[in-house]
Amino acid sequence: MSFRFLVNGAPAEVEVPGMRRLLDVLREDLGLTGTKEGCGEGECGACSVILDGQVVDACLVPICQVDGRIVRTVEGLSLAARHRGELDALQESFLEHGAAQCGICTPGMLMAARAYLDAGGPSDEGAVREAIAGNLCRCTGYTKIVEAIQAVIHVD
Amino acid sequence: MPTRTATPAIEPGAASALLVQPGTVTTGRASTLPLRREGPAKLTGAAKYTDDLVVPGAWYGLTIRSTEAHARLLAIEPDPDVDWSTVVVATAADIPGENIVSLIKDDQPLLVPVGGEIQHHAEPVALLAAPDRETLRALKGRIRLVTEPLPPVFDPEQSEHPFAHYEIRTGEDAALEAAFASADLVLEGEYRVGHQEQLYIENQAMIAVPGEAGGVVIHGSMQCPYYIHEAMQRALGMNAIQARVIQEETGGGFGGKEEYPSMVALHAAVLALKCRRPVRMIYDRHEDLVATTKRHPAVVRHRTGVRRDGTLVAQDIEVVMDGGAYCTLTPVVLSRGAIHAGGPYRCPNVRIRATATRTNTPPNGAFRGFGAPQTEFAAETQLNRIAEALGLSPAEIRRRNAYRVGDVTPTGQVLNESVAAEEVLRLALETSGFEAARAETLRRAREREGSGTIPSGALRTTPQRIAGGVGLALAWHGAGFTGSGEVHLASVASVELSADGRIRVLTAQTEMGQGTKTIFPLMVAAELGVAVEDVEYAGQDTAEVPNSGPTVASRTAMVVGGLCIQAARRLKTEVEGRNGGRPFAEVHAADAAEHGATRIDQRFEPYPGVGFDDDTYRGDAYPAYGWAAAVASVDVDLDTGEVAVHDVVAVDDVGSVIHQVLCEGQVEGGTLQAVGYATIEEIKLRDGRYLNDRLATYLIPTALDAPRIHTILVEAPYSGSPHGAKGVGELPMDVGAPAVVAAIHDAVGAWITELPATPERILAAMHGTPSSGRAVGPGRAA
Repeated sequence: MSFRFLVNGAPAEVEVPGMRRLLDVLREDLGLTGTKEGCGEGECGACSVILDGQVVDACLVPICQVDGRIVRTVEGLSLAARHRGELDALQESFLEHGAAQCGICTPGMLMAARAYLDAGGPSDEGAVREAIAGNLCRCTGYTKIVEAIQAVIHVD
Repeated sequence: MPTRTATPAIEPGAASALLVQPGTVTTGRASTLPLRREGPAKLTGAAKYTDDLVVPGAWYGLTIRSTEAHARLLAIEPDPDVDWSTVVVATAADIPGENIVSLIKDDQPLLVPVGGEIQHHAEPVALLAAPDRETLRALKGRIRLVTEPLPPVFDPEQSEHPFAHYEIRTGEDAALEAAFASADLVLEGEYRVGHQEQLYIENQAMIAVPGEAGGVVIHGSMQCPYYIHEAMQRALGMNAIQARVIQEETGGGFGGKEEYPSMVALHAAVLALKCRRPVRMIYDRHEDLVATTKRHPAVVRHRTGVRRDGTLVAQDIEVVMDGGAYCTLTPVVLSRGAIHAGGPYRCPNVRIRATATRTNTPPNGAFRGFGAPQTEFAAETQLNRIAEALGLSPAEIRRRNAYRVGDVTPTGQVLNESVAAEEVLRLALETSGFEAARAETLRRAREREGSGTIPSGALRTTPQRIAGGVGLALAWHGAGFTGSGEVHLASVASVELSADGRIRVLTAQTEMGQGTKTIFPLMVAAELGVAVEDVEYAGQDTAEVPNSGPTVASRTAMVVGGLCIQAARRLKTEVEGRNGGRPFAEVHAADAAEHGATRIDQRFEPYPGVGFDDDTYRGDAYPAYGWAAAVASVDVDLDTGEVAVHDVVAVDDVGSVIHQVLCEGQVEGGTLQAVGYATIEEIKLRDGRYLNDRLATYLIPTALDAPRIHTILVEAPYSGSPHGAKGVGELPMDVGAPAVVAAIHDAVGAWITELPATPERILAAMHGTPSSGRAVGPGRAA
């Protein structure tokens, strides 16, 4: 079957079985390997992408549910940067605060945080922690991730 | 003792070399330090982890595993109704070299041979490769293992197969018993800890590509390229050129990618050789949980003699670790656990007896802390119970016993310098307001008295349900390899001025999130007086970089970082010497053009005055120690037993801080892993099989479970390393769990002696269900 959708602002069309995971379509059919697989069952959040403004686990979304919709992945974040190809404010804040260590949870973490910021989430610590509670990180203890997200909200 | 707090360790004169280029970052506290070098690639999704690599023509590999804990393998029977011609099956018979995953003992096969013994559940027996994953999945269940069951052993104390045994003692048994007889109080306790999974978020992943001249190139997720390199030479019958290992971006390790990647790489390579094409061996989370190494479970028994004032007079400690089915790194894990078992305290009479045995469970291996978190949880909880028995504050008993310069450890090591136990303790107490917090939790406990269904009486209001508590722990962690390990390794690190004028650092130290790629160029740039951006860090490819030893044991910054600094100093001297003494930064480009490449290979030299006897277990177990204190604050729901750890003050002496942000990141991450170990991380077994083998059932802390972590870095430099560094990775892992357990005790008045402190265990302890610890004092003089 054929499915059409927007990925990071660009149209995409794939001919795949309808139950193929969005994660596999992104990584293998479209070559967008920034989105990672950590558990394949919706527990770790490493594959988080934004689907029509909502954070979803791309490992749990069949491609048939994506037809006609808008997908944003980590590769699309820098489209919002002042200069194309550079880091956006959230990515830059992660870099400055040391919020990425091994980096494998980082794309998903960024997408969860981006959705939270876009929805106008408040800067208080508890709300930020809640927003990323579906994204596991084993390296950082979350301290610097929370600080990095709060810093962006404060600047805005 | 020169102790500084939280200031960068780089000399002021070199500071200009550390500044990032103008305009790169203008805000934030990291602005005076270089940012994580590979950070932008990780933040944009451009960084390529192993499973991100596109390898044309690659097949997918899969491991067929045992479903029994102990059995004889009689036959491997592919289903005759299946057309096997389109796929490749490999068994032990296809291994070109020795069927051994080379490590300490040669006891672990790549694949159980027909006629051999299956030693644990999920043990690799056969390999399968197919052009696509659908075929692979469909055929996975069509290979039958014919077995004959053998009796399994699951209790490490019942096992008759020791992997290692160590005895550390300060004198004869008679002297120890005399010391116990002189004690005012003798307290016994038994402590238990279970498995813990490293849970790097990137699963084990390897791609084997057949190369020239019968060789194989491994691309993968790993900590130690040269471990795999060595293992390939033996199992694949290759020479050091035919076997080549390249580390790809690695999504966390924590010890879990120290030795196990050799197994994954060898499996991929065996299939690749048989298929004559590249093979991807990418574990999913279930396989990674069910089959890879965990932290060793342990039973630790203490008998401690103290005087009324809290002074330790005798420690008798027994440690039993469960090695699982194969040796892996167990003797070294046990050794570190044994050496740290008394805690960071002076005691004139000590006997530590430690044993690790074989059971029919999946092998246990390296995990951050490497034996010390197990034994230090026991030591700290024991000391807290002694303080309670004596009516002393947990802070006071530590002040009285903590190591100072000049003290002697149980292996007979005189602590000549760099002892910051008292300093980290003081800072943790002051920063957390520990004594005031304890007084407050006591006051609130008194208010709650008589309320509630447990232990007696009326129903509780919601505020009365929640009991706050604060707990303290202190730890030490030996820096670098244990004993004569570094001498045996004889690591080499190189700094090169290449013919085209580039400055390159060449080591085998991998980046897995800790910041190797950032701190090595930082240290070398500071020595050479050049901008940090002008120093390259070569990729971890065994065809290019020297064997600087494994990326383990918190040794990267301390040991290999020290070698890089020494190499840079020699390079600077050599280049400046032939250029009339003009600064390296000014002349290096012209020097390279004129003289070609200059490469300095720096080999490890034993630290001055440090010696250890492996046979008697006496001497300097480590060149120096890191010191850590933690104060944890918790809330415990008295009705449900649920624990929320809401704050941890973590104070860590790392010798010297090379990059404050990265160093804090190590402390914060290690602290949360320790909080998980203390509260929620648990493996349950049935018949030698892990029951919670998915991420839905093996839980690690989320951002909501994680405490606010307040980190204070202390610098008590070690004079034997050129920059004073003592390592940071493992230190915070030792101290978090006992601090949390002490806080739970402060909240509910019951000691948890078995990790994790689950709600069930907390409620049982509160109800007075017999715990494994018991007091046999007050002692003879009472």
